[in-house]
Amino acid sequence: MNRRIAAVAIAGALLASCNGVQNVMGGDGAESANFIRLFTLFMVLCTIMYLIVVAALLAALWRRRRSGLTVDDRRHHQISPIVRPALIAWTALVVTGLTVLTVASFFIDRSNAATASKPAIHMTVTANQWWWDVEYNLPDVSKTLRTANEIHLPVNVPVHVTLKSNDVIHSFWIPNLAGKQDLIPGRLTDVLLLARKTGLYRGQCAEFCGVQHAQMALDVTVESKRDFERWYSAQLATAKPPATPLQRAGYRYFTTRECAACHNISGTPASGQVAPDLTHLASRRSIAAGALPMNKGNLYGWVADPQSQKPGNHMPTVGLEPNELHGLIAYLETLK
Amino acid sequence: MSSLYRNSLALLLAVAALSACEREERQSRGKPLGETVPASVSPDTIFPQTGKLPPLHPRAAAYERNASAIAEGQRLYSWMNCAGCHSHGGGGMGVALMDGKWRYGGRIDQIVASIAEGRPNGMPAWRDRLTEQQMWQIAAYVRTLSGQAPKDAVSARTDEMSGTPPATQTRREPTRPADSDQQ
Amino acid sequence: MNAAEKAKAPPIKVPRDGPRLTGDALKAKLAKTWGNPPGFVGWLSSVDHKDIGRRYIVTALTFLALGGVLALVMRLQLSKPDNDLVGAARFSELFTMHGTTMMFLFAVPVMQGLQIYLTPLMIGTRNTAFPRLNAFSYWTYLAGGCLLWVAFVLNIGPDIGWFAYPPLSGPQYGVGKRTDIWAQMVTFTEVAALAAAVSLTATILKQRAPGMTLARMPLFVWATLVTSLMIIFSMPSVALASGLLLSDRLVGTHFYNPAERGDALLWQHLFWFFGHPEVYIIFLPATGFVSEIVATFSRRTIVHYPIVVLALVGTGILAFGLWVHHMFATGLPRIGYSFYTAASIAVSVPTGLQIFCWIATLWEGRPRLDVPLLYVIGFIITFVIGGLTGVMIAAVPLDLQLHDTYFIVAHFHYVLIGGAVFPLLGAITYWYPKFTGTMMSDRFGKISFWMIFLGFQLAFFPMHIAGINGMPRRVYTYPAGMGLELPNLLSSIGSMIVAAAVLLFVVNMVKSYSFGRKAEANPWGGSSLEWDTACPPERYNFAHIPVVESRTPLWDAGEKMPVAHGLRVEDREVLLTTVMSAEPDVREPSAEPSIWPFVSAVAVSIMFICSIFSPWAVLIGAVPATVALIAWFWPKSPEPDAEPTIS
Repeated sequence: MNRRIAAVAIAGALLASCNGVQNVMGGDGAESANFIRLFTLFMVLCTIMYLIVVAALLAALWRRRRSGLTVDDRRHHQISPIVRPALIAWTALVVTGLTVLTVASFFIDRSNAATASKPAIHMTVTANQWWWDVEYNLPDVSKTLRTANEIHLPVNVPVHVTLKSNDVIHSFWIPNLAGKQDLIPGRLTDVLLLARKTGLYRGQCAEFCGVQHAQMALDVTVESKRDFERWYSAQLATAKPPATPLQRAGYRYFTTRECAACHNISGTPASGQVAPDLTHLASRRSIAAGALPMNKGNLYGWVADPQSQKPGNHMPTVGLEPNELHGLIAYLETLK
Repeated sequence: MSSLYRNSLALLLAVAALSACEREERQSRGKPLGETVPASVSPDTIFPQTGKLPPLHPRAAAYERNASAIAEGQRLYSWMNCAGCHSHGGGGMGVALMDGKWRYGGRIDQIVASIAEGRPNGMPAWRDRLTEQQMWQIAAYVRTLSGQAPKDAVSARTDEMSGTPPATQTRREPTRPADSDQQ
Repeated sequence: MNAAEKAKAPPIKVPRDGPRLTGDALKAKLAKTWGNPPGFVGWLSSVDHKDIGRRYIVTALTFLALGGVLALVMRLQLSKPDNDLVGAARFSELFTMHGTTMMFLFAVPVMQGLQIYLTPLMIGTRNTAFPRLNAFSYWTYLAGGCLLWVAFVLNIGPDIGWFAYPPLSGPQYGVGKRTDIWAQMVTFTEVAALAAAVSLTATILKQRAPGMTLARMPLFVWATLVTSLMIIFSMPSVALASGLLLSDRLVGTHFYNPAERGDALLWQHLFWFFGHPEVYIIFLPATGFVSEIVATFSRRTIVHYPIVVLALVGTGILAFGLWVHHMFATGLPRIGYSFYTAASIAVSVPTGLQIFCWIATLWEGRPRLDVPLLYVIGFIITFVIGGLTGVMIAAVPLDLQLHDTYFIVAHFHYVLIGGAVFPLLGAITYWYPKFTGTMMSDRFGKISFWMIFLGFQLAFFPMHIAGINGMPRRVYTYPAGMGLELPNLLSSIGSMIVAAAVLLFVVNMVKSYSFGRKAEANPWGGSSLEWDTACPPERYNFAHIPVVESRTPLWDAGEKMPVAHGLRVEDREVLLTTVMSAEPDVREPSAEPSIWPFVSAVAVSIMFICSIFSPWAVLIGAVPATVALIAWFWPKSPEPDAEPTIS
């Protein structure tokens, strides 16, 4: 009974902070729900062990008022008869407890591996310094979708993500859904995602990858299957042509000047492959890999001077004239 | 510590400090407008053998000896597919960049002009496609392909397949104008 | 004289300790023999283990302070979200320097410093084995530390993390010479640690007092033996890793280049094969401190000494089988991971047994709550939390969420500060009268203890919460609205308290040196041999080598301790005994003070530093290094009256 109260209290204290979008106690995916179960078991057993140790320590100190087996009485080599059985009991307790934890960990690990063993969707995420290149690989190759810095997932559908890196070691981590996996150049790793609750979540790179490691996040949207399919077909569409003169000016700048050297907008001549795909930029929740929320002001600030928000990243400060900037932002905002 | 010892130590540290600072400066924002190759007018950066070269722009040193500029140039070289014509310096459709032959000049500002303006027989003009800072970075990297850059600022190799000796061991090719019948 | 003539010549009278030479006359002769030459050159030439140990400790504590200041700056930056006190690039340098300084320049050297100082005193000999090698190790360590910090001050410090994973630290992405300086510093400190470890191992195995069998050694000496062997087996791995990295960066080899059949994970395996034993190399000496302090302040022997010894040895061996738990997220085969989970959880069992023995000793004895014992209590309360979070992250499903988050930062600070720094502060307080002859202030000691204990909990407990709320490691800022503001603010406040506490401790150390209460002969009533020497010990440690008959010689034999006679007094000589039963074996000359270890260290340092810039430096720099080593090992002419064995 006390154990249950303790567990609830501990879980409550921790869960109280777990309404976060990037929280290991979120439990919104199959693997992260398993995490909460295992973590609770570990917390309970470890807390009990800790309390035993501290209680024994405090009792030993409290007991000092009585005379002990010390050098002052020339009894410093003697040991009371209770110590040996206590040692055996303690060892047995520790070994049993640790075995329980090890076995539980083993079973949860197997359960995680089996969770998304028959994935319905395959994705490839390639990490770059400091953005995420996301590709959905459907059996129909003509329906391959390439986007950047965001992931949409249908709820209750197992998804297999192949992880690659173009430069250094990164780590793909969406704590609300699953544990992390490193993206290592020259190797392929993978992660299985099975989202159980719809919602908006956040992932972040979790392996130091250079100066802007702190600002390499991604937006994760878990939605119903129907919403996902609707999003997917919208994303497959090429970019709308610009309508107003200002948008046309922006389109002209984008496709003939610096932007097109690196960025891709499907349906336009801009087909650079080394920077995030911008075809549906305006439909995203954030800019610059989660560094800034998507809104007009941030778009202006980012495009005008990326180096002030994320110094050291590879998007250069171009030095745009005001009219060029207005045109570009007007055009980028049409890329829904 | 005797004063002689102290003074020579200070001098040594100063030298070390000065030489180190330049190499290790991290570049983020370059000067956005109007580097030495202004958009409207192409200055004459090509000089006959008898001509006297004007002094190098002070900006040049900031790129030539700067490790992060060379590293960024290395990335841009790969991203802008320079290797498509120039390979990793050995040339192919484009001229070799590892040798000492420079038809349009091998100084860094001359290389920047070649990148910005384009050159006959296929070199595209990158002005307005890359920022000035990026062109200078690529030029700084190109200079290392023929061993021109100081060896402590270059990286020995890239994380790619390699067929060339490491850049830190590359001998410096003496720069000279190209023969006219060589492509 | 040839052999026949020598045999017929009358025996030469060699001055020795013994019944005819005792008391002040003996001490005067020994002081002259074991003293240092005068002047600055004499100071540089010292091979006295007490000098070297003291230098190690002072230098390491200086690096602790420097690393701590970096931590304060980081905590200021992280005290609120989207802060701009420190830029991204500078922050990368800060956490790299903080981790590197603490792990390579503070934690291992301070433990080795205390080991070098205390081991000969605890085993009843006059100096370590290979005294000049010890001196060389200190100068090499100092050179490596200076290299790193001078580079940092000149703005060419490393910025790739203390663990420097390639390809980020490789030639393409690790731009400039920053990483090379880091990698070469590793070489320096690894050479220094290996040299000291070799010396300590030989000392413990061969130079114990007669009668001090392995089963009668103090537990701190056991910890030193296990740690030194661990250093010998693990340090070469990191030296290899950093050597391969330097080679990739300087001459373009492909060890870590996946495109040319190298592997980025090769680094991780080599580094962590060293890196995991490294933390036990830091922790086990701290358990040695705890054993000594608990025994003295409980006024009795440690309960179940053989269990503690087996726990030390067991931890030392098991520590080599765990390193893959740092790589659980790298996509290696899952069935392999299960083994490392089981091993990582199993390694806590020996430590759990040690904790039982310590608490049982406190239970059986009559504990006196002096400052050193307070630190031990703080250690138990804090370290066990760190150990239990370690058990948690040993499980793969838990680690895959918590790896590389602030939960891990909390874990390792709990085990390193709780498990190593608290015992260290207790040990410094405990042995301070031995080092200096004065006592540290008791009042300031208690204030520093409570400040650092409570400040530590405030600083590092909230980091568990920050990690759970999704804060990764090595980030220079974090967004608002993720529940990270409060834990980070609390951590920053706590870190200020810890810094103030450490400052107070250092002030206490410095002040007590000149103004502290004079210490009597055995101020705490300890039982091991180091308390049988003066405070601070004479240059020669013991006027007569003691003969030991139990684990607690000062408590059992006390004033009537038997001693061994017969060592020379006009040359440096130590007594070697057999490894297992510690019977007297050989009288061995001990090295005189020499400038050549210092000169060799300078020559080797120049070679290492120049090789950062050119591979030719290795060839050219080998010449002065060889000259210095030849001068060092130049054989002394044989004594005309040498007697190789005990008569």
